[in-house]
Amino acid sequence: MLRYLCERLLQSAVVLAVMSFVIFGLIGLMPGDPVDLMISADPDLTSADIEKLREIYGLDRPVVERYGNWLLAALQGDFGFSRLFAQPVFDVLLPALGHTLTLLGISLTLALVIGLPLGIWAAVRPYSVRDYSVNLFAFAGISMPSFWLGLLLIILFAVILGWFPAGGLGTPGQDGWADKLIYLVLPATSLTLASVGGHTRYMRASMLETLRQDYIRTARAKGLSERRVVLGHALRNALIPVTTIIALDFGFLFSGALITETIFAYPGMGKLTFDAVMGNDFNLALVCLLLATLVTLAGNILADLAYSWLDPRIGFEGKKQ
Amino acid sequence: MRPAGSVSKAITTAALFLLLAIFPAKAEPRDQLTIGLTQYPSTFHPNIDSMLAKSYILGFARRPFTVFDQSWQLVCMLCTKLPTIENGLAVPETAPNGKKGIAVTYTIRPDAVWGDGTPITTKDVLFTWRMGRHGKTGITPIEFYRSAYKVDARDDKTFTLHFDKLTFDYNAINSFNLIPAHVDEVNFDADPTNYKNKTAFDTQTTNEALYFGPYLVTETKRGSYVVLERNPKWWGKPGAFKRIVVKVIPNTAALEANLLSGSIDMIAGELGFTVDQALRFEKRHGRKFSILYKPGLIYEHIDLNQDNPLLKNRDIRHALIYAIDREAISKQLFGGRQPVADSSVNPLDWVYADDVPKYKYSPKKALELIVKAGYTKLVQGIRHHKDTGEALRFEFMTTAGSKARELVQQVLQSQWKAVGIDARIRNEPARVYFGQTVTQRKFTALAMYAWLSAPESVPRTSLHSAHIPTEANGWAGQNYTGFKNAEMDELIERIEVELDKPKRKELWKRLQEIYVTELPVIPLYFRAEPYIMPKWLTGVAPTGHQYTTSLWVENWGVK
Repeated sequence: MLRYLCERLLQSAVVLAVMSFVIFGLIGLMPGDPVDLMISADPDLTSADIEKLREIYGLDRPVVERYGNWLLAALQGDFGFSRLFAQPVFDVLLPALGHTLTLLGISLTLALVIGLPLGIWAAVRPYSVRDYSVNLFAFAGISMPSFWLGLLLIILFAVILGWFPAGGLGTPGQDGWADKLIYLVLPATSLTLASVGGHTRYMRASMLETLRQDYIRTARAKGLSERRVVLGHALRNALIPVTTIIALDFGFLFSGALITETIFAYPGMGKLTFDAVMGNDFNLALVCLLLATLVTLAGNILADLAYSWLDPRIGFEGKKQ
Repeated sequence: MRPAGSVSKAITTAALFLLLAIFPAKAEPRDQLTIGLTQYPSTFHPNIDSMLAKSYILGFARRPFTVFDQSWQLVCMLCTKLPTIENGLAVPETAPNGKKGIAVTYTIRPDAVWGDGTPITTKDVLFTWRMGRHGKTGITPIEFYRSAYKVDARDDKTFTLHFDKLTFDYNAINSFNLIPAHVDEVNFDADPTNYKNKTAFDTQTTNEALYFGPYLVTETKRGSYVVLERNPKWWGKPGAFKRIVVKVIPNTAALEANLLSGSIDMIAGELGFTVDQALRFEKRHGRKFSILYKPGLIYEHIDLNQDNPLLKNRDIRHALIYAIDREAISKQLFGGRQPVADSSVNPLDWVYADDVPKYKYSPKKALELIVKAGYTKLVQGIRHHKDTGEALRFEFMTTAGSKARELVQQVLQSQWKAVGIDARIRNEPARVYFGQTVTQRKFTALAMYAWLSAPESVPRTSLHSAHIPTEANGWAGQNYTGFKNAEMDELIERIEVELDKPKRKELWKRLQEIYVTELPVIPLYFRAEPYIMPKWLTGVAPTGHQYTTSLWVENWGVK
């Protein structure tokens, strides 16, 4: 397993290196650069000033040279300064990362805790009232646009009932966890509701498929209780495809929670990445996008490890082949 | 024995107390004002990057030397007396470049101190000037520091700035934002080229010594909020609120929900709702709030690319403006809150000339001009040239996703269609549109966007032929239409150096005449800023120009 893990980590490092070059090149291809923004903000800039500014920001050099310099510095732990925030990239990024991981951690856990049992519950009685009810709930979650759901939650729970704050990170001057949690309720609910439907549907489909297998029929023929059949025999196998979805979902949620973050004024990674790209903040955008890649890769490695845990027949040696 | 009524009263009272204990009545938060804003400042350094959110927040905590007030008059804020040639504090002289220059003397208010009690002195002036003059800091505005070639400190409070040019706005040093030498000089001297990344404004944002306004920045949470508290060292009238919290809510629908839920008390006009959003809000909740619309210097217009062969013809340019009903657009889409612009000069500006040609909606005249230009053939509703067969067709661009602009664009398209002009809409995200299409003149015909200017802002960069962006000049300049007019160039040169106000006004009048006659740009309207405020808040006086209401926060109060 250790060897397999080392190989996967090495592969991930190569993917990250390639992605860093691709992202760097793509950012360089985007129209405008940081100095263009300064030109529009300061109409008195002359061409000499512009040249000087390009030199200050290192934009007068070719992309490959700039990438080489960035890579060398990055390998020494220096990821450069954010142009927008005039601070080291990680000083800007770490708080946003913390907020996103907290929000995602809560919402993903809730989505799994609610979605997986619901999917199983529906699958054991397919095409029953229970199954239809769960499907209705799942489809409602899947089809509801997240910005609309977010606004609906704000209007109901913040404007009409006044139970929770409409958005933000916390009450100014209060640093307690309880205060932070209150502010997390609505965005976490919004994200949970948006993803719980998908997890429910995947789990239901996978469990339905598993329950049709011969070994399940054998288990039932042995006289095992339905509970034992479902939880003891079917669940582990049914979880394998769902694990893949969860791994992909984690990467998507990491960078794709932009709408939820914007609606709830929650300064996380999605909003930071968007601002960095729109503001021509090359260093910050690059590291944000690389981090999203890293999270997706890590999610996939974890998923691979989970496969083996769920089904020992899927060995690491087998994977090597 | 007590009467039965007393028992029920006692029970009711006890229940009420119990309810109040469980759900305490919200204390009227009059010692705190919470303002909603859609943007968070990327840096708190006043001289790095120009950003409205930063100007708004720093308006509570700092003061410029000079500024335009609500009546668009230049006034002193940090200085004691506005220097003029008449009062002898500004003296014309010959600059080292041999041109006419001027020495302008300012005195810092004697009671002005930084938030830590350190007096604001000429040491700070000298440091700020030295920093701005350094070639590799990226500090703006570059032109100001280049022109101010020398500074003399006469004593701790008085200094003279020497400029290498004598312009009518010689005494306006609105963008000379003081930086505390006792805090930031060490960061600058350690590595000037890296100063923008080491400044205390971003590494110690809540250091009281960086501010000197009625409020100090006491807490920040990047992307979320900024807390400002009364500055005990402030020399002027104290602010009415103990704390001001600026909450950042990037989405306007969420901003509205926050206002209704009481999470914020007001929405700043500078960075909040657009007029159409405010009008919708007013219909639903107008009775609960004071809503103030202030039209100002944000000038919505359509640039006409002068390199386009069709647009080279002045008759076609005139036909374009005659064919559109700007009054109706303003009335129908913006409730009449955004006045139609006759030129780039706002009627509130003293240099505005009312007696220059104006274009009233007249599809008939538009059609006459189109026919005069040779577009007589009508094919499927589109005019074509009688000889060449060329269609009267333009590409019409603006920022994708800007709802109000896209709405206006559709109305304009249909009005042009009515006279046989085919406007093809092709919009781009702001990032691409302003990153390249407009700034590098890649739009082929019409580009709609807005300019933000200051009172009596000379349109050198947008109308002088020397400021047409090209690859050769590194895309410097903002004359995106590519307008070339020798008289306009000369007028711009003359206006800048004309100190006599009546004479200058005459020059301005001629400039406006050329602008509306040659029509390199179709003026649309002046955008209004909607301020949504609680009814109990008083004293917020929008300026209509780029200087924010927060600069006069000490006048805000509670009814």
